[in-house]
Amino acid sequence: MNAMTDPENVVVVGNGQAGIQLVDSLRKEGYTGAITLLGEEPHHPYQRPPLSKDYLAAGKDPVPLPLRPEKFFTTNDVDARLGARATSIDRTARTVALDDGTTLAYSKLVLATGAANRELTVPGTALSGIHGLRTLTDAQTLHARLDAVRSVVVIGAGFIGLEFAAAARARGLDVTVLEYADRPMGRALTPVTSGFFADAHQRLGVTLRLGEGIASFDGNDAGHVTAAVSTTGERYPADLVLVGVGVTPRTELAAAAGLEVENGIVVDGSLRTSDPDIYALGDCASFPNVHAGARTRLESVQNATDQARHAARAILGAGPGSGPGGEPGGYADLPWFWSNQGHLRLQIAGLSAPGDQTVLRGNPAEEKFSVFCFRNGTLTAVESVNQPADHMAARRLLSAGRTLTPEQAADPDFDLKTYSKQQPATV
Amino acid sequence: MAKISFHHSDGNVDVLDVDPGTSLMRAAVTNGVDGIVGECGGQAMCATCHVYVRPEYLDGLPEIGEDEEEMLECTAGPRDETRSRLGCQITVGADLEQIEVDVPDDQI
Repeated sequence: MNAMTDPENVVVVGNGQAGIQLVDSLRKEGYTGAITLLGEEPHHPYQRPPLSKDYLAAGKDPVPLPLRPEKFFTTNDVDARLGARATSIDRTARTVALDDGTTLAYSKLVLATGAANRELTVPGTALSGIHGLRTLTDAQTLHARLDAVRSVVVIGAGFIGLEFAAAARARGLDVTVLEYADRPMGRALTPVTSGFFADAHQRLGVTLRLGEGIASFDGNDAGHVTAAVSTTGERYPADLVLVGVGVTPRTELAAAAGLEVENGIVVDGSLRTSDPDIYALGDCASFPNVHAGARTRLESVQNATDQARHAARAILGAGPGSGPGGEPGGYADLPWFWSNQGHLRLQIAGLSAPGDQTVLRGNPAEEKFSVFCFRNGTLTAVESVNQPADHMAARRLLSAGRTLTPEQAADPDFDLKTYSKQQPATV
Repeated sequence: MAKISFHHSDGNVDVLDVDPGTSLMRAAVTNGVDGIVGECGGQAMCATCHVYVRPEYLDGLPEIGEDEEEMLECTAGPRDETRSRLGCQITVGADLEQIEVDVPDDQI
């Protein structure tokens, strides 16, 4: 590290997976200056992925899983503030204003502001009984309400909507999912895997209505939802509605401060914004993605934590990882994702794109298979259902920049695991 | 209550009394046991809650599932063929009232 350029005071806005990992990595990399970590929610920082999965199961009130133990903040000398909302950034003075009237000076500012649930605007949206699922408070509310309802309508067949649908079915509830597109999880999955999940959810007893969006909600005199009316005019009784129609990145602070924003806060390969003293990472950041060959924004634990580790090194000027976008050393970690829907475990390595060639390995009828995606003969992504060995092999291959042939992928006798562990051929 | 002992390579031991049904990972993360991360939230998607179970407790454990088997091949510390497990996949309770594990030096 260069003592002349070391930051003295890092302020992190957002205490989710990305913000917490950044703080952790700064200390592990040897940073000894001040750290202030701001979280809007009143809760000690917690893991979000279980909220739409294990957390919703019937039984006693679940306990959230902390992202770090409470002592982490004292041990690492972090000024962690809960219920603290940043309201504006003064880039000239290099200060952040908080909603309690205080102002914090920074030498480096990190925006890990995450995303917010997109909200519906259809008539009846303000009725009670219509919920989103993002925060611990949301999950606590839903966990309690699920004990008292019979009919659930889910708006949106994305990851959150379908995880929730599977959890509600496991409790024996009537579940209808409305999706305006013609297939579930269409933004993330190939048609093969998407089609499998459409069938699988119906086998689980979920009524999945594709090509039907939400038009309005009906309510009773008490102002509570009673039904969802779809864009085809169908009426689905509901005493609880879960809205999972995607998210929007939290860019308002950045935009108001004049930082470049376009579907996320625009950063370079070192996660630096258009202001060299301000970084952005995780769900809120639009970054040059070498795996997509384009600028993307990803919402995942992997993206949050790997970007945080990368940004910490960049902030401290410790390579690799401090190069701007496009240059060697820019952020290039392999994206991976997962989703648990009932007994189905979906794992994705890499990023597919419409038009990729797909090759099936395994048997969807046995609910155990993978879809290998190729572009110009090169592996781009692998979607696995209840097939963790394929997923890990895919992570090894894609991380190493390796491929296999479509014929090898389709051949059940091809030893994928052994192949994935071979050292890449040296040039 | 069930008892979990986390042995560290420097000789320190964290001994926790936890409610039945608690996983080793959750117990460690909640109580601040160094060396157990649990980055994926107990979903067997990372390998950052790797532990070495002491031999006398191996018989009481559930079998290694497919997910866990794959992740155990990706641990930062070396895998021990008999003792390596993921802390998120081991839950203490009636079948396992006590367990002692060694914590690897590296998890990431």
